[in-house]
Amino acid sequence: MSRRRFLKATIAGGALALYSTKSALGMAEFGGYPEGMGVLVDLTRCVGCRTCEAACNREQGLPEPDLPFDDPSVFDQTFHGGTQKRRTDEGAYTVVNRYETKGSGGPVYRKIQCNHCNEPACLTSCFVNAYTKTKEGAVIYNQDLCVGCRNCMIACPFRIPAFSYSSAFEPRIWKCIFCYDTRLKYGKPPACVDACPFGTLSFGHRKTLIKIAHERIRSEPEKYVDHVYGETEVGGTSWMYLSGVSFDQVGFDSTLQHYPILDNAKSFLSTVPMILAIWPALFMGFHLLATGGKGEMEDKESQNGEEGRGE
Amino acid sequence: MNRLVEKGFRPINSLNDPDDGHVWSFRQKLLLGFSPREYFRQVLHNRLNWVIALIFAVGLPLILYRYVMGLGAVTHASNDYPWGLFLGFGLFVMVPLSASGFLLGTAVELFGQSKFKPILHLALLNGLMGYSFAVVYLLMDLGRPWRLYYPMFVSWGTAAVLFLVGWHVAIYLSVQIMEVSESFFEWINWPNAKRFIKSGTIGLTVAGIILSTLHQGALGALFTYAPGKVHPLWYSQEFLWIFFLCSSVFAGLCMVIAVSTIVEKTMAWRCSRDFLENLEPITIGLAKGASMALVTYFVIKLIGIAHDNEWAYLATGWGAWFMLEMFLGVVLPIILFSIAIRKNSVGLVRFTAFLTVFGVAMNRLDTALISFNWNLYQEIPHPFELIISVTLFTLFVVVYRFILYRLPILYSWKTAPSAAYGTAAEEKLGPDLAPAPAYRSSSGPPRG
Repeated sequence: MSRRRFLKATIAGGALALYSTKSALGMAEFGGYPEGMGVLVDLTRCVGCRTCEAACNREQGLPEPDLPFDDPSVFDQTFHGGTQKRRTDEGAYTVVNRYETKGSGGPVYRKIQCNHCNEPACLTSCFVNAYTKTKEGAVIYNQDLCVGCRNCMIACPFRIPAFSYSSAFEPRIWKCIFCYDTRLKYGKPPACVDACPFGTLSFGHRKTLIKIAHERIRSEPEKYVDHVYGETEVGGTSWMYLSGVSFDQVGFDSTLQHYPILDNAKSFLSTVPMILAIWPALFMGFHLLATGGKGEMEDKESQNGEEGRGE
Repeated sequence: MNRLVEKGFRPINSLNDPDDGHVWSFRQKLLLGFSPREYFRQVLHNRLNWVIALIFAVGLPLILYRYVMGLGAVTHASNDYPWGLFLGFGLFVMVPLSASGFLLGTAVELFGQSKFKPILHLALLNGLMGYSFAVVYLLMDLGRPWRLYYPMFVSWGTAAVLFLVGWHVAIYLSVQIMEVSESFFEWINWPNAKRFIKSGTIGLTVAGIILSTLHQGALGALFTYAPGKVHPLWYSQEFLWIFFLCSSVFAGLCMVIAVSTIVEKTMAWRCSRDFLENLEPITIGLAKGASMALVTYFVIKLIGIAHDNEWAYLATGWGAWFMLEMFLGVVLPIILFSIAIRKNSVGLVRFTAFLTVFGVAMNRLDTALISFNWNLYQEIPHPFELIISVTLFTLFVVVYRFILYRLPILYSWKTAPSAAYGTAAEEKLGPDLAPAPAYRSSSGPPRG
C-alpha cells in the first residue's frame, strides 16, 4: 500500500466515522416533523367491532383472514400457553384485542398497529436504511433494500414489525404504513380511521391531537387516566392513546423509557470515532515501548528465513 | 494418523521432497503426500469422519430445505423472537471465541512477546475461522442472504450499531484473511506475496485491535436497542459493550487453549516439535492473561449491577440463573486458573479453559435468547434449527481440520533448496521430522 493510498484510506475512514457520529447524534433532539400527522385512539369509545381491521385489510390488499372480521370469537384466541393475545403479522397490520379489566364496567378493547414513532427504533437500528420517517409522520418501509436481518423487530419497543418467515425468496417486513401511499400522502386519514363508526380514532396534526387529548382528560377527569400514551414514550409517537383504565391493564408496556431507543446506543456510538482516532497511536506507542523500536521480531524472522533458504 | 506417523509416514511439510529434491505438486500437497488411494483409506479409517458424514447426511438436506421453504420451515424464530440459534450461537458465541487472532497478534507482533510465537498462527486461523462461520450462520439466518453486501455498497444505515458490526466484521475478515494468507502463500510457494503481507504485519495487527474493540463491543451494544426485552441482569445501557469486549478477551484466549489441546491430542503428527515443546508454558501464559481478564470482567459486572441497582433481581429465579452463569463461567475459572497457575498444572488450565468457553457461550445465549423476552414467554428452538446449527459447526470443524492438516499453522514450512538434501538437509528440516527412509520406497506404506 503506497503512502498516498494509505492517507486516502485513512481520510475516508475518518470521514466515515465523522459522518456516522454526526447522523447518529444529530438526531438527538428530533421530536417529529412540525406538520406531522397522527391519530388519537380513545379506548373508552372502542366497542371491538373490528371495522378498522377489515378496512385495513381491504386498503392494503392483505390476505383474507381465517375467521371473518365480524366473528367475535377471535377475542378468545390466546397463544403461547395463554400468555399472549393476537398480534400484528404478515396478514394483519392492525389487530383489536379485548381485555377484561377491573373497574371499567365491561371489557376494554385496544387496537394495535405501528405507532409511527418520532424517532423510530426500527429506522435507527436498520443498517440499510430500509425505513423512512416521512414528513407527514408515517414510518414506511422499503422492501427493495431489506436484507431480512430482523433487527428492527428486536428494536421495536411495541413489537410491531412482522416477518414473512414462510417465504423463501421474497421475505419482508410487514407493518402498518399509515396508508401512506394511498391516503396520507394526499392529506387523507388512513382507512381504519375513515371506517371507524364510533369516533374512536381521530386523525389530525400530532400537535393538535395532543391538545385535544389533554382537553378530553381535563373535561372528564373521572373518565380518563391522566396520561396520553405515546406523547413522550420512546421519544413520542404519531399514534397516541387515551384510556379509562391504567394502561398496563390493557397490554401497554408502561415501563417504556421517555426518550428515543437510539439514545441507548449513543454512549457506544460516541466511542467509535474515539477508538478509531486513539487506538492506532496508542498501540503503535506500546509497540515502540515494548520492542524498543528495534523491530527485533522482524530481524529474527528474516534471519530464520535466510537460514532456510540460504547455504 | 498419529499411528501412521509412528510407522514412518512423513506428511508433507516442505517445499521439496527431502528424498529426491523435487518440488511437491499441488495435488501431492493436498493429499499430504499420500496417493489418492492411501488418502481415501486413511479418511475411511478415521471414525470421526463417519460421525461427520452422518451429521452431514441429516443436516445438509435440511439446509437445502431451509433455502427452498424459507426460514419458518426450520426455525421457531417468530415475530416475538426474531433471532434464534443461528445468530445466538453462530454470531454471538462464535465471534467472542474468535478474539484469539487479534489478542495473540497484539501480544506477539505488537508487544514482542515472542514466546507465544508457536501458537500465533493457530490463534490467527481460529480468528479467521470463527468470523467466517459467523458469516455462514448469518447467511443461514438472513431473510435475503443474497443481499449480504447491501450495507456495504447499496444503502448505508450509518446510525445503526449493526452497520458498524457489518462493516467491521467485513473489514476484519479481510484483515484476517491477509494475516492467515502468509501461511497459505508459503504453502503454495508464492514467496513474494508472503513477503508483501509480512511487510504490512504491524498495520494489519493495529487494524485488528481497532476493529476487534469496536465490533466485539458493538455486538453487546446491539442489545441496547432492546431495553426491557433483555432481562435487566444481562442488560446494561452504558456497560454492555464493555462487558462483551472484556469477556471476548478471556473467551479468545481460552478458545486457543481449548483448540490447542484438541490439536495436541488428535493431530500431534501435524505439530512441529517447536509447537509441542512450547505448548505447556504457552498454555500457562495464556491462562495468566485469561485470568486477568476474568477478574476484570467480574469486577465490572459487579459495578454494572451496582450502577443499575439490580441487587433485588439476584433473589429471583433469573438471579439464580445469572449467578450460576457467573459462578461457572467466571468465579470458578478464576479460582481454578489461580490454582493451576500456581501449581503449574497444564491439565487443570485446559479443563478450566473449556469451562470458560462454556461460560462465555452461556452468557451470549443468555443475553440473546434465554433472557430475551423474559417477561413474555420462553421459546425453545426448533429441532431442525438445532440440527442445522450442529451441521454448520461440524462444517466448521471439518474446514478447520482441513486447513490445519495442510497449511503451515502448527509447523513451519521448510524451504530447503532442492540441491541440498540428504543428511545436511535433514538436519535443517528440524528434529521434528524423524527421518524414515523405509516409508517412501515404492513398495508401499505399512498400514495400520
